[in-house]
Amino acid sequence: MRLVCIACPLGCELLVREDSGRVLVQGNRCTRGEAYAREEMTDPKRVLATSVKVLGGDYPLVSVRTDRPVPKRLIPEIMAFIRTLRVEAPVELGQIIVEDLLGSGAKLLATRTVRRAD
Amino acid sequence: MIKVWKVEVAVVGGGAAGMAAAAAAAREGASVLLLERNTCLGGVLDQCIHPGFGLHRYKEELTGPEFAFRLHTELEKARVEVAFSHTVINVNPQKPEILAVGPNGLVRVQAKAVVWACGAWERPLGHLLIPGTRPAGIFTAGLAQRLVNIHGLLPGRRVLILGSGDIGLIMARRFHLEGAEVVGVAEIKPFPGGLLRNVRQCLEDYGIPLFLRTTVSEIHGRDRLTGVTLVEVDEQGKTIPGTERFIKVDTLVLSVGLIPEIRLLEGFLSCDHVQRGPRVNSFWQTEHPWLFVVGNALVVFDLVDTVAAVGEEAGRFAARFACGEMQGEPCVPLKRGQNVAALVPQAFIPGEPARLFLRVIRPFPKARVKISPVYSKVHLGLRPAEMVEIRLSSEATAELQRCSEATVEVHPQ
Repeated sequence: MRLVCIACPLGCELLVREDSGRVLVQGNRCTRGEAYAREEMTDPKRVLATSVKVLGGDYPLVSVRTDRPVPKRLIPEIMAFIRTLRVEAPVELGQIIVEDLLGSGAKLLATRTVRRAD
Repeated sequence: MIKVWKVEVAVVGGGAAGMAAAAAAAREGASVLLLERNTCLGGVLDQCIHPGFGLHRYKEELTGPEFAFRLHTELEKARVEVAFSHTVINVNPQKPEILAVGPNGLVRVQAKAVVWACGAWERPLGHLLIPGTRPAGIFTAGLAQRLVNIHGLLPGRRVLILGSGDIGLIMARRFHLEGAEVVGVAEIKPFPGGLLRNVRQCLEDYGIPLFLRTTVSEIHGRDRLTGVTLVEVDEQGKTIPGTERFIKVDTLVLSVGLIPEIRLLEGFLSCDHVQRGPRVNSFWQTEHPWLFVVGNALVVFDLVDTVAAVGEEAGRFAARFACGEMQGEPCVPLKRGQNVAALVPQAFIPGEPARLFLRVIRPFPKARVKISPVYSKVHLGLRPAEMVEIRLSSEATAELQRCSEATVEVHPQ
């Protein structure tokens, strides 16, 4: 099976084979490629970046991301949950918006600062 | 009375390139003024909330705002004066003097060197000459990104993306995540325009189709877009009659290229006809030795990490020039040879280390990149979407001393 590695902008084209229970990876230019291919074969994960509504801020939104990759299959559910969220300004970069996203163990972090509107 | 601002290095534009240039120039000991038309720094990074930035520079994967914050911190440490809400309206062709308009009126900036870091603008619909009506519902990808990520507005419900550049791919995913239906991404070339990792994680992840060798041949709708006609094209890019199909959409997003923002310099700078940015030497210096151009205002780069690295180099050279340590050095022109599209710089300074960036015109699984007589190497998997970066040592460029010019060529193997 062919995969494009997304670990970095190089975008190595990986050839992934399963041989008696072992996953063999070719074409990767670094070790991250191998780890990516293994995970992609079992439970693909992605870092999710989106935004959350802010109340009383100088911006209407704060951009957020998960602090680690979350299972791809959970993304629609997580997006639906994030859409219901509202945070009160001020928000600091790195601030934890949600401690544990739908049991995935991932934190949702603010990726920018939003000040209180005067 | 016009306020006069005297400074050694003036940097125009507070995006990644400008911030990196200003910080580097200040670290060299120059007095630096950064002019930014917005009320905050970061440029387009502010709206690029997806991860993928900083892997080279900071060795971790950051989002756009996070990357901008890191650069901002570097800038603060380096003691750079920033003039917010100042828009440059004129650059003197004879000397490093800038006219800007700010909240208190006109400002004349008298510098010893200028770093131009104004980024790029998006090719609009008017450039494409697509027949049909001109209804509401047509957006450039960057504008759509700004509406969604900064203002919290969704421009439409059923979207077609024209052009598979990275911004188009990223907006396909963004629209999908925000609940719009993305019917597909149409690309006129036989290969995607953006990075393969973005094809993977923005389209394939969410089942969004990519239509290669396909373009929009007609726009439909009176007040709001009602749909577009898609058509297939042949090897020459000509439309194939009989392949037209109507697709019902309320939104068309254009990701069809960026053009360096150098409109205030065009009258007195010679430009490269391919990438439409100015011609520079390996110090990122134009034919006017006091004027340096960096970032996407020079050539559209793939990665903000590269933009920051080049900005930093130029900032350092600009500071040296401002302090009188550097003149206009003699250069050996670098010509675009076979299979080379974008190319910067367009001249080398013999005996100085150099960084060269090029794009190939089409994908090559294996090809030799040659800069005779100083460089020859086989590269694997060359793609137009991925810039090739070549570093040359001072020993290598010293060999060019005897040459009147050098040519960069790509030969398939």
